[in-house]
Amino acid sequence: MKVIEALRIAMRALAANKLRSVLTMLGIIIGVGAVIALMSIGRGVEKYVTDQFAGLGSNLLFVAPGQISDGPPSLRPNTVKALTLADMEAIADPSRVPHAASVAADFQTRVSVTRAGKTVDVQASATTPEYPLVRNWNTTAGSYFSTLDSDERQRVVLLGADTYQELFPNNEYPVDQIVQINEMNFRVIGVMESKGGGPGGNLDKSVFLPLTTGQDRLFKQKTPNGEYKVSVIYVSIDQSENIPLAQEEITQLMRERRGINYLDQDDFSIVSQNDLIAVFGDILGALTIFLGAIAAISLLVGGIGIMNIMLVSVTERTREIGLRKAVGAKRADVLVQFLIEAMALAAAGGFLGVALGWSLALLVSTAFGDFEAVVGADAIFTSLIVATAVGLFFGIFPAFRASRLNPIDALRYE
Amino acid sequence: MEQNGSSPVISLRGIKKFYQMGDVEVRALRGVDVDIYPGEMLAIMGPSGSGKSTLMNIIGCLDVPSEGVYELDGKDVSRLKDDQLAAIRNHKIGFVFQSFNLLPRTTAVANVELPLIYGGVSGRQRRQRAEDSLRLVGLGERLDHKPNELSGGQQQRVAIARALVNTPSMILADEPTGNLDSKTSIEIMELFQRLNQERGITIVFVTHNPETADYCHRVVRVRDGMVESDISRRATAGIYATGGEPPSAPPSEPQEVQP
Ligand SMILES: Nc1ncnc2c1ncn2[C@@H]1O[C@H](COP(=O)(O)OP(=O)(O)O)[C@@H](O)[C@H]1O
Ligand SMILES: [Mg+2]
Repeated sequence: MKVIEALRIAMRALAANKLRSVLTMLGIIIGVGAVIALMSIGRGVEKYVTDQFAGLGSNLLFVAPGQISDGPPSLRPNTVKALTLADMEAIADPSRVPHAASVAADFQTRVSVTRAGKTVDVQASATTPEYPLVRNWNTTAGSYFSTLDSDERQRVVLLGADTYQELFPNNEYPVDQIVQINEMNFRVIGVMESKGGGPGGNLDKSVFLPLTTGQDRLFKQKTPNGEYKVSVIYVSIDQSENIPLAQEEITQLMRERRGINYLDQDDFSIVSQNDLIAVFGDILGALTIFLGAIAAISLLVGGIGIMNIMLVSVTERTREIGLRKAVGAKRADVLVQFLIEAMALAAAGGFLGVALGWSLALLVSTAFGDFEAVVGADAIFTSLIVATAVGLFFGIFPAFRASRLNPIDALRYE
Repeated sequence: MEQNGSSPVISLRGIKKFYQMGDVEVRALRGVDVDIYPGEMLAIMGPSGSGKSTLMNIIGCLDVPSEGVYELDGKDVSRLKDDQLAAIRNHKIGFVFQSFNLLPRTTAVANVELPLIYGGVSGRQRRQRAEDSLRLVGLGERLDHKPNELSGGQQQRVAIARALVNTPSMILADEPTGNLDSKTSIEIMELFQRLNQERGITIVFVTHNPETADYCHRVVRVRDGMVESDISRRATAGIYATGGEPPSAPPSEPQEVQP
């Protein structure tokens, strides 16, 4: 018998029991839906993160107090011994770290910035003058503060692109305008290029000022012996192949400076872009395994549901099977008919599941502004194939049973 | 097939059928010899449990005998496998059942197409032949009606159309009027008779009903798995061979069969 014919019969049988068909598909719908949704969200996250790293600047090392496992630098407990400006100066010494092309320090904290009655809460980066060089970052208006500004603790500030937009809604020329940071007047000397969000937060929603000004006039975060505390030290390395060596040299230097004994663990961390990408890769890997488990379990449940309902269907349609055999259906004809029915059921469940997952992905994309879940054609295709294969597998037993029915018994069945 | 009936369509020799029920062996058929010739219209009668249905199932190739030889159109079919039997049923036998056995929610024409699907006939030709067959039984106006939109008599006509559609060597009907009222029964029997007389189709009935048997020119009585009597009202070999008039139909006025 032709497959088209079997497909038509299957569609008719499924349509005759719509509610039951949908309930049977539920396991597959949920399984496929969850996989499509989570997979596209996972891809969205991956893309988002990759985009962020692309904006970081190349060959960059981050030195931060504490270990990565303690969480992001800004959230690490105070018990961790802070980094200081002196640490940065030591790293900048070419005799200790010859491959460090440039070095900058950054102290990060939240501030409120006010202009013309409008106040925004943003992150302040109090940095050394080399910051834009290390981050490979230009200004769109004005220029970054100079070493002189830094030495004189000038109250000057640069705005991130978003911060500028918010404080200057009419696109006024910002340079030499006055803003208040935590109620202290600062002169705007420039606006940074838009860079988008990064692992340490959205840099466009920041302001940038000299570390000296910040620590002496605004935050007053110094170590007991009067050194400037910093959150992160950025080191840009001259060649990417020198990164591991530089990482080793900085580790050695920092261990000496912090007096860490030979066997003790580092109480600071040096992270390269590749390390960060690897961490996210691990997270995504775990997510994928988790997804696989969800998919496997729900497809198993869905498959058993299909087998169950197909067995019911075979029993209900015993007379039909008997009749078909009486008028000439061979075993293979009946087998194929019920296999196709099980596969159609599963594939329909797969379609509905894709629709469900896609809707969820869209929902998440709309809920989180600049994040976009990516629904891949390959994910859809794979889901449908797998769902259909589940139908095939769990349909074999009921279909085999149907094909073995004796037409005489089947015709007599009430 | 021999036109003048010189060789039988069905030849049963020493047919036995045993069923094993636990320790007990049920001897449903205990040696049946029957020849049925082309163009015959024949009734198998007998008390309940005498083996009529068992015999019918063997003749219809739904089952094979435990012993004996069954030749259908000169070919031994008594030792065939399931799928070979299915192919024979598809090409050579049309079934009509007491309970119609139509597929629900399926149009008359689709029901009639069923044997053609398994016979590998292509879509358009299938529809054409199913329509022709339905017209032949007087249901040309009801092609797309579903079983629940048809009366019992009309449903049985659909079943007869389905039995005819593959131009089989014979039609087997097990109590075809068992579920019908007497007026509809007469219409159905007259339809069978017309098909037999006008088209020379061989028809074998199983029936309890003597009035059904009256339409047949040969009655085989079965008892305890054996043929008790085999009575022809006119020489079967002579019906068409003599070129004479067809066997006179017993009771009732010849009624309008076409709608
Ligand atoms: N599948 C079977 N298994 C066991 N016994 C059977 C089976 N089919 C029929 N029989 C027995 O064979 C005998 C003849 O049955 P059947 O051919 O159905 O008689 P009828 O159709 O004349 O009433 C009965 O005794 C019945 O119980
Ligand atoms: Mg019976």
